[in-house]
Amino acid sequence: METAQKRRRKAPKVAVAAVALFPLSLTACGGTAASGPKSPNTLTIQDYYDDAFDPIYDACAKSTGVRVEINHVPGPGLIPKVLQQSSSRTLPDVLMLDNPDVQQIAESGALSPLGDYGLHGEGMGPAVVKAGTYDGTLYGLAPAVNTLSIFYNKELFRAAGITAPPRTWDELRAAAKRLTTGDRYGFAMSNINTYEGSWQFLPFMWGNGGTEQDITTPETVQALQFLVDLQADGSISRSSIIWSQDDVIDQFLAGKAAMVVNGPWQIPTLQEDKSIDWGTFAIPTRLATQPTVAPLGGELFTVPRTGDRARMSRAGQYVKCLVSPERQLQTAQVRQTVPADPDVAERAGRANPAMATFVTTMRTARSRTAILGPDWPKAATKIYNAVQIALTGKAAPARALRQAQGE
Amino acid sequence: MTSADLSLPATAGDQRATALRQLLRRATPWLFSLPAVVFVAMFFGYPIVQNVVMSFQEYTTSTFYSGQAPWVGPANYVTILSSYLFTTTMVNTALFTIGSITFQFVIGLALALFFRRNFPLNGFLRSMLLLPWLIPLIASSAVWKWLLDQESGALNQFLGLFGGPAVPWLVDPTLALIGVIGVNIWLGIPFNVAILYSGLQAVPKELYEAGSLDGAVGWRAFRHITWPNLRSVVTVVLVLGVVYTLKVVDIILGLTGGGPANSTQTLATNAYNKSFVEFNFGEGAAISNILIVVSLVFALVYLFISRREPTA
Repeated sequence: METAQKRRRKAPKVAVAAVALFPLSLTACGGTAASGPKSPNTLTIQDYYDDAFDPIYDACAKSTGVRVEINHVPGPGLIPKVLQQSSSRTLPDVLMLDNPDVQQIAESGALSPLGDYGLHGEGMGPAVVKAGTYDGTLYGLAPAVNTLSIFYNKELFRAAGITAPPRTWDELRAAAKRLTTGDRYGFAMSNINTYEGSWQFLPFMWGNGGTEQDITTPETVQALQFLVDLQADGSISRSSIIWSQDDVIDQFLAGKAAMVVNGPWQIPTLQEDKSIDWGTFAIPTRLATQPTVAPLGGELFTVPRTGDRARMSRAGQYVKCLVSPERQLQTAQVRQTVPADPDVAERAGRANPAMATFVTTMRTARSRTAILGPDWPKAATKIYNAVQIALTGKAAPARALRQAQGE
Repeated sequence: MTSADLSLPATAGDQRATALRQLLRRATPWLFSLPAVVFVAMFFGYPIVQNVVMSFQEYTTSTFYSGQAPWVGPANYVTILSSYLFTTTMVNTALFTIGSITFQFVIGLALALFFRRNFPLNGFLRSMLLLPWLIPLIASSAVWKWLLDQESGALNQFLGLFGGPAVPWLVDPTLALIGVIGVNIWLGIPFNVAILYSGLQAVPKELYEAGSLDGAVGWRAFRHITWPNLRSVVTVVLVLGVVYTLKVVDIILGLTGGGPANSTQTLATNAYNKSFVEFNFGEGAAISNILIVVSLVFALVYLFISRREPTA
């Protein structure tokens, strides 16, 4: 009795200590994974998901006859931890990586080719295979992936008399203008000075035929000019340059933005909040004839070179299970993503109409590392710098892009 | 002396023992400083040497697994110095440091002088002043980010009461730098007040009594009694302040992440970005070495001034 009471009184202090230590654990990339002797039948898994994903791991553990030790790491801490584990040779048996990071880690030699385990990416969407391929060899595969589209407020559309979602930039610009009122913006997206900002700009850049190899081409200039025009119209807040994607969805939920660029991972949040009647449409292109090209998002599973051949081959079989059609569907449900296999994705799209736009967009989606490989982060930095220079009015789009490219 | 007494019946073994003892005695002063030497070498020397070496290497994500970091000579420095960002970051660093230090110091000194008077709640208010110091930086920068928000921020809502327009604090490139400097001033005041206040306490009361007899009160007392007595403390506050401010990363990352359009990017945040966002550790190390050199200049200035100072 007494101890229970004591413990209860102590709890807040522990909580305070935990909160105080939290930022430390984010940066310190502490080495907890390097545990004692591992049984040959236990695989260690490392990801930045949460417990909601564990049933899928358990299901695959059962079907491949292994035990799993799951280690969820906070998102920003994953790569620092992987680097640390790379140098101390304590990488996990199964490693989840965000798709634009895969090629960099593969380049270092820390990953083993999935072909060794009979995995060649059959049936997977081409963008997924490209994201997992470095220098012609497949290193990672995803069960399910995501991309960007536009969420819109149906009620505001009706009130403004807009019957069909915009298909072209001109239509989007006109709609945004009509939807903008005193305390509401017609359009919102994240143009923040991180990779997140580049990721959000890509549908406009790629959809118009721009390329990350040379960001000064007229196609990219037009795309950036379009954002500058939207801002000049007052249809997009000047604060978009400091908004993250979560800030953008907050604006949408608060009714302060009528259309927002975002991903399917926001759907649970939107469904929870019953106040807004929303729909989705693919990100418009400059001309109606251009296809939407959005970036591929999502995480890939890889098998690091741990040195233990037997365990690596078990890990290979385990990844094979994770990317099987059945697990793809389950992952898509848990993570609100699109199955990596287009056929499975079709089925998922029929089952969940909210996902339909994303399933369609996924067909033409592109991996960020498809062209530049491990050099993508450099281009991504240039892209968000250019967007920021133009939107703050420091330079016109063409000059902003030239300036950022020359960095 | 003891060794002379012992060396009478000198056998070979004894001689060796004597030599050893002599060696030990000569080494004693070094042994006393050994812990300090080891500490400095391990925790200051090694990282700095490593950082200098790294700045001449192509040190990337691959290096962690392969252990290979090709030697690239001064290439990293050439890249950094020729980047258009370098001038921007240097100017920002200078503005950020000068702006922060000037206001932190002036406000800090004014508050320290104010708290020297006797008034109710003096001690309580003085301890409340330490609050910015006690809050984790991540938390305070998050709160400030919210306060400074253009559309729903508390500051703009307050200004709105007087009919002012919404100020784009963290959105406008010029205002963003001012905003970041402002938050850093808020953060640095406690340090300045604490040190300057204790410095003021050390000024002998008799000086003021004697001074007041000669008519030195108010500004003249400050000019001729307080300031000369406070000078050594002021030097410490300023030099430490400059060095602390040069390396500020967290508050800027929390507020603006160096943006918008790199308008709040300093040497320190840029080094952080290069190393821990782009994982380009070579270039990151090169920038931080430049930062170390700049800090070192101020440290030398401090040493120079404190040596010239007449010893009290």
